[in-house]
Amino acid sequence: MHTARQEEILARARAAAGKAAAYGEDLDLNSYRVSAATLPYLNDPTQLAAEDRARLLAAGVDVTGSDRAGTFIQINQSVVHCGVAQEGLEVLSTAEALEKYPWAEEYWWRAVLPDQDKYTAHVALAPQRNGYFIRALPGARAVYPLQACLYLQQEGAVQDVHNIVIAEEGAELHLVSGCTSAARVKHGAHIGISEFYVKKGARLTFTMIHNWAEGVAVRPRSGTVIAEGGLFLSNYVCLQPVRTMQMYPTAWLQGPGAVARYYSILVAPPGSSMDVGSRVVLQAPRTRAEVVARTLTTGGEIINRGCLVAEAPEVKAHLECRGLVLAETGVIHAIPELLAKVGNVDLSHEAAVGKIAEEEIEYLMARGLSEDEATATIVRGFLNVQMMGLPPALQAEIDKAVEAGEKALF
Amino acid sequence: MLRLENLTVAVGEREILHDINLEIRPGEVHVLFGPNGSGKTSLLGAIMGFARYRVVSGKIYFQGEDITTWPIDARARLGIGLSFQRPPTVRGVTTRQLVGVCGRGQVEVEALAEELNFRDFLDRDVNLGFSGGELKRSELLQLLAQDPQLVLLDEPESGVDLENIALIGRVINRLLERDVVHREGKSQREIRRGRRKAGLVITHTGYILDYLNTDVGHVLFEGRLSCVGNPHELLDCIQKLGYEECVRCSIENATMAGGQGNYAHGTAGRDSGAGTGGRG
Repeated sequence: MHTARQEEILARARAAAGKAAAYGEDLDLNSYRVSAATLPYLNDPTQLAAEDRARLLAAGVDVTGSDRAGTFIQINQSVVHCGVAQEGLEVLSTAEALEKYPWAEEYWWRAVLPDQDKYTAHVALAPQRNGYFIRALPGARAVYPLQACLYLQQEGAVQDVHNIVIAEEGAELHLVSGCTSAARVKHGAHIGISEFYVKKGARLTFTMIHNWAEGVAVRPRSGTVIAEGGLFLSNYVCLQPVRTMQMYPTAWLQGPGAVARYYSILVAPPGSSMDVGSRVVLQAPRTRAEVVARTLTTGGEIINRGCLVAEAPEVKAHLECRGLVLAETGVIHAIPELLAKVGNVDLSHEAAVGKIAEEEIEYLMARGLSEDEATATIVRGFLNVQMMGLPPALQAEIDKAVEAGEKALF
Repeated sequence: MLRLENLTVAVGEREILHDINLEIRPGEVHVLFGPNGSGKTSLLGAIMGFARYRVVSGKIYFQGEDITTWPIDARARLGIGLSFQRPPTVRGVTTRQLVGVCGRGQVEVEALAEELNFRDFLDRDVNLGFSGGELKRSELLQLLAQDPQLVLLDEPESGVDLENIALIGRVINRLLERDVVHREGKSQREIRRGRRKAGLVITHTGYILDYLNTDVGHVLFEGRLSCVGNPHELLDCIQKLGYEECVRCSIENATMAGGQGNYAHGTAGRDSGAGTGGRG
C-alpha cells in the first residue's frame, strides 16, 4: 500500500527513467546486472576476507571499528553490517529506518529529486531500499567519526544506495563514507543518493573517499539542507582511477548564519573522466560558503564546476578552483559560476589551471632539492588541503588517502 | 671561491649581461650596486643557474669547479645559497618543512627561527601572505639552515621596517661569519683571517651597509661591471652624483679596454682581515 506521496515519487521517477543527466556521459543502465543475491549479515565485520578488508581500509573504512563511533557496510545490494558504539547516535539501514520511523518519509526525496535524471529515477524505482540512515539525536556529540562503506564486489553489477543523514538540533556528527570496488570488478556502476539534513546549530562533517577502478562508472546525487546556525563540511577525496564519475552536490543554506564548506581533491590518471562540482545556494541572510577544489591530471579529464548562488542579503561566499596539469594529454576544465539574485552580497572566485610554476621548482632546487624532489614536494603541497574544523583523526585519515594516492603518482 | 670569466648572459634572445669578470675570494663580501634593470638580479640568477638566464659565453667557477652548466641543486649542494628578492609562494608546504629541507634534517628549526623572531610563521605555508620584511626573514632563516659557503643576497633590506633591519643585518653577519664573538684562545684578528664564508650582496638603497661590513663594491650598469672600489665610497658617489655618473665611467672603460668592457680591478678590501677601512 503506497501513500499518495510515494505514488507521486514513483510516477515522477517513471517519467524520468530515460532522462539523461545534465552533465557527464550518458550511461546505459541496462548494461549492468542488478544483483539479486542476499549476502549474509556479519555480526563481526572483521570476518570479511583479507582482500576485501584491504580494499575497505584504502577507502578509509577500518572494519575493526577502532576509533569509530559506528559502522555501516553494504556489499552490492546487501547490508552486511550495521552497528553503533555511542549513545545518541543511530546507524540503521534506510529500509529499516523507513519501517521503524513513519516520520522518516519526511527526509525521503526532499533534498534530492527523484526525477532529476535517470540515475535518481533508477534508485527511486528499485525494488529494494538500500543505503544507510544515520542520525545524531539533539545535542549528541560524536567523539569519533562514524564510518559507512559502500562496496561493489560483483562484476558487471550496478549498486544503488539511498542514504539519509540527520544531525538534529545542536548535534555534532562526523561521517566517513568509503566507496570502493573489489579488485576483480572490471565493469560496474554505483549510483548513490545522499540526503543530508543539518538542523539548527548542528555540525555535520561528511568525508567521502572514493577508491574505484578503471572500469567503474559512478553517479552520486547529493543534497544538503542546512538550518539556522548549522554547519555542513564536505570533504571529497578521489585519487584513484574511475572510468566516469559525475556529480554536482548542492547545499541549501536555509537558516540565517548557516555555513557550508566543500573541499575536494581529485586526481585523474589516464582513462579517468571526472565531471565534479559543488553548488551552494545561500537562501538566508548572513549565510556563508566556501568551495575549494584541487584537481590534478596525469592524463585523464577533469571538469571542475563550482556554483555559488546568493538569494539573500548579507551573504558571503568564495569559490576556488586550482588545477595542475602534469601530462601532455591531460585536460582540466574549470567552470566557476557566481550568481547574485539580490544586492548586498559578496561572492568571489579564484581559478588557476596550468603546469607547476618553474619558479617554484627552481626555488626549491636552490635549497638543494633535485628537480624530481622539488616537483614531488610541490604536488604534495598542492594536494595538502587542510580542511578546517576537522577532528585530527579525520584529517589523518584524509592525509593517509592522499599519501597513498601520491605513491601512485611518483 | 667564485670566479666569473668573460660571462655573457641572455634572456631569450636579448643579451643582458656582457662579458662579466668578477672574483670573490674566501672570506670576502662584495656589494653590487646598479640602477633598476641594470642586470643585478640576473647576475645572481645566472650564478645560481636559473633556466631563464642562458650563458652565451664565458665560465662560472666555484670552489675550483666549472659549474657553468651544472643544475641548480648541484650548485646549492656545493655551497651556493641565494636569498631571493621576490620568492614565490609554495602552497601546502610549511616554512618549517622547507627550513628542514634546507638544513638536510640536521638543524634545530625552532632555535634558528627564534633568532629571526620567526617562530610564529613556521607552520604557515611558505611565503603565503608574508609582508616584504617577513619574506626577507623567511629567506634568511632558510639560508641559516642551509649554511652556504657563498651567500648571494638580493636586496635583503627591501621592504624591511626599521625595527627589523638591525636584526636582518645581524643575521647576515652571522651567515658570513662576521658577527663579533669572543672565542677562547683566538684573537679577533685571527678569527677574521680564518673566515671562509663569502658573500655577494645586491643593494639598491645601500641601507644595509650600515649594518654589514663589506669589502669590495661594484657597479653594474647596463649589463656591464663599470666600476670597482670601496663600497662606501661608491655608495657615497652614487648618492651624490647618481648613476648618470656611471655612464661616463663606462664610456671611459670601453675606450680604455678597446670595447672589451674589461674594467680596472681595484685593490680595496683584498685582505678581508683588514676590514673595510672606509666606514664612517
